[in-house]
Amino acid sequence: MKKTGAQIVWECLVREGVDTVFGYPGGAILPIYDALIDYPVHHVLVRHEQGAAHAADGYARASGRVGVALGTSGPGATNLVTGIATAMLDSIPVVFITGQVPSKVLGTDAFQEADIVGITMPITKHNVLVTRIEDLAPALVEAFQIARSGRPGPVLVDVCKDVQQATIDLRWPEAVDSTRRRALPQLKRSDLKKAAELIAGAERPVILAGHGVIESGATAALAAFAEKTGTPVALTLLGLGGFPRSHPLCLGMMGMHGEAYVNTAIQEADLLLAFGMRFDDRVTGNLKNYASGAKKIHVEIDVSEIGKNVPVDLGLVGDLKQVLEALLPSIEEKAHEPWMARIEEGRHDTRSRDIVHRESGDALYAAHVINDIWRTTKGGAVVVSDVGQHQMFEAQYYPHEAPRTLLTSGGLGTMGFALPAAIGAKFARPDAEVWVVAGDGGFQMTQCELATLMQEKLDIKIAIIDNGFLGMVRQWQEFFYDKRYAATPLLSPDFVKLAGAYGLPAHRVDARADVIPTVERVRSEAGPALIHFVVQAEEAVYPMVPAGADLHAMIRRPHESPPEKAHASRAKGEAEVAA
Amino acid sequence: MKHTLIASVQDQPGVLVRVMGMFRRRAFNVESLTVGHSETPGVSRMTFVVDTSRISSRIVEANLRKLVPVFDVHDVTHLPTVSRELALIRVRCAEGERSQVNDLISIFRARIVDVATDTVIVEITGDPEKVDGLVELLRPRGIVEMVRTGKVAMTRGASARRGLAHEHDADADPLELAS
Repeated sequence: MKKTGAQIVWECLVREGVDTVFGYPGGAILPIYDALIDYPVHHVLVRHEQGAAHAADGYARASGRVGVALGTSGPGATNLVTGIATAMLDSIPVVFITGQVPSKVLGTDAFQEADIVGITMPITKHNVLVTRIEDLAPALVEAFQIARSGRPGPVLVDVCKDVQQATIDLRWPEAVDSTRRRALPQLKRSDLKKAAELIAGAERPVILAGHGVIESGATAALAAFAEKTGTPVALTLLGLGGFPRSHPLCLGMMGMHGEAYVNTAIQEADLLLAFGMRFDDRVTGNLKNYASGAKKIHVEIDVSEIGKNVPVDLGLVGDLKQVLEALLPSIEEKAHEPWMARIEEGRHDTRSRDIVHRESGDALYAAHVINDIWRTTKGGAVVVSDVGQHQMFEAQYYPHEAPRTLLTSGGLGTMGFALPAAIGAKFARPDAEVWVVAGDGGFQMTQCELATLMQEKLDIKIAIIDNGFLGMVRQWQEFFYDKRYAATPLLSPDFVKLAGAYGLPAHRVDARADVIPTVERVRSEAGPALIHFVVQAEEAVYPMVPAGADLHAMIRRPHESPPEKAHASRAKGEAEVAA
Repeated sequence: MKHTLIASVQDQPGVLVRVMGMFRRRAFNVESLTVGHSETPGVSRMTFVVDTSRISSRIVEANLRKLVPVFDVHDVTHLPTVSRELALIRVRCAEGERSQVNDLISIFRARIVDVATDTVIVEITGDPEKVDGLVELLRPRGIVEMVRTGKVAMTRGASARRGLAHEHDADADPLELAS
């Protein structure tokens, strides 16, 4: 049957099971928007294309399905760029469809022409410019396959306007060659045997579990493996939720803002089992002195990650769930009591410093706000955090039990991610309780999407953690730049009034006693709400491994004492550096 | 250390940019790159010489293989190969010196392909070391201009693909990355 290029786009999306897309129309994509009306796909009109990209990303993170974002040529496409890079760094499957100027004027600097394929080449898993109608259906089918296969990632399809208007007899292409070619290698029996030997010989093993656990759906396999081998599990930021935080073998987050006992355990380990993670610099600290006494087994779907940052003794290329299931029968049951006891000592010391024990006094602390939201939501919410101090407090004080309950920009660290990503997440999982946790800085980067949220009548709760600073940058200035607060003090609007302008119910909270009642109140009311938490201005996230320092050389959280004193001691630069 | 990689890629606009973009983005060092048609229509052949002092050739290979238009990649550094480079060298040569120059370059099986009053163009084909050798000998006479194609390589033996590990085996190789 004859179809226009524009119709083929929607035919393909429907065939892929896409129910929601996020986008913004414009001249070069008008034919596609015109055809939209005839198809059963819900289009969410964002207020800025970056919001469309993050929303499609949030949709993918929350559901595991491929997200879709649309934009027009030129500025529409370039506005997507930050969102594309965000998806790329975190391996999120998103298909971006952009309109392009007609093929006959390509390269002439036509109105709203930008070489978006050239621009996004380094930040997409693949991208393609479609200049002929016969190439359109294969390009779209391949885009979805590439986005979700292997290590997932964003794919951009740039469609010339004349291609959208042309007609052709639509025939779906056969299975696409490029993904068949990229079939994963067979696991070698000798490698599995070697892995089993290394695991059997270890006395102080630690599992490092990353985003791959979630992408591969390996949470049950990981739990089975950890329990059988008695191995404690440390998680990367994007791995949080991949192993239940309440599990006795769960250590929590590792790395720059991981708790001291977690990083110490990694440094003292004799075997690291890296599962679906990529030894990011925020996780390893100084590579020279990273877990130098440990043998390392790296299970990873992307062969180019094996040996990239950290040399390993054994690399297993494959889908994590499949590798763990293949490995499980050949490993012995073990327990590591002395090792766990040693870790528990450290955990005990960390507990004694925990900020949850701090008296609030007149102050409101960001960590307390997060912890109280966790308490009130009973840990059952999907939390979409932005980037900065609140993101780290969230990781530390909102323990996640299940995969896809924390959505956050880890690799690129994109401020402004949370609100639009939460919009996408809510579409992916309408029954979930979705919370945005954002700082006053990041929230203002994409706050225009409040209008999108209202237009779509989404039940999303927003917590703005306002400390009047670009808090994480301020913290670095405090620690490493002699407290010279260049360009970090931040004036914000009255967020309650701002919400009011959108017709969004909002509350201001500046005392600890009001946190739980207000959170309970907004939860009891259907529909969206915003809570503006005004917190302590100069609070730091502890512990902290300074960038480039050894993983064990962290600035510890001071022992708990009354807040004035704790603050005064920090001001004098008495932050304790662990040996 | 220098490694020689050969890749089959889709013969399509933008593939070279995509490949070189990856090298630039990853800060991999390319000594030379040649591109041309292969025996199969629609498939181009690339030969890379990469400096692997900073990064292992396996990582370079794995990153190349991740690019969608790349069909396969092989590191042929440690395999028996025929490798060739072509150079054109414009060298100073007064009329009376031509036979002298001719004698010299004939040892390298090079030849003079163009003559002007005080220069000649020498064409040489060979492995890059041989080309280097001739360049050094000609340098004292005064090299006015030079162009080198960069290396192309092919494994020895009967079949085009024989001697090369199957792609999946090559993929599996990085499994033994003992530190």
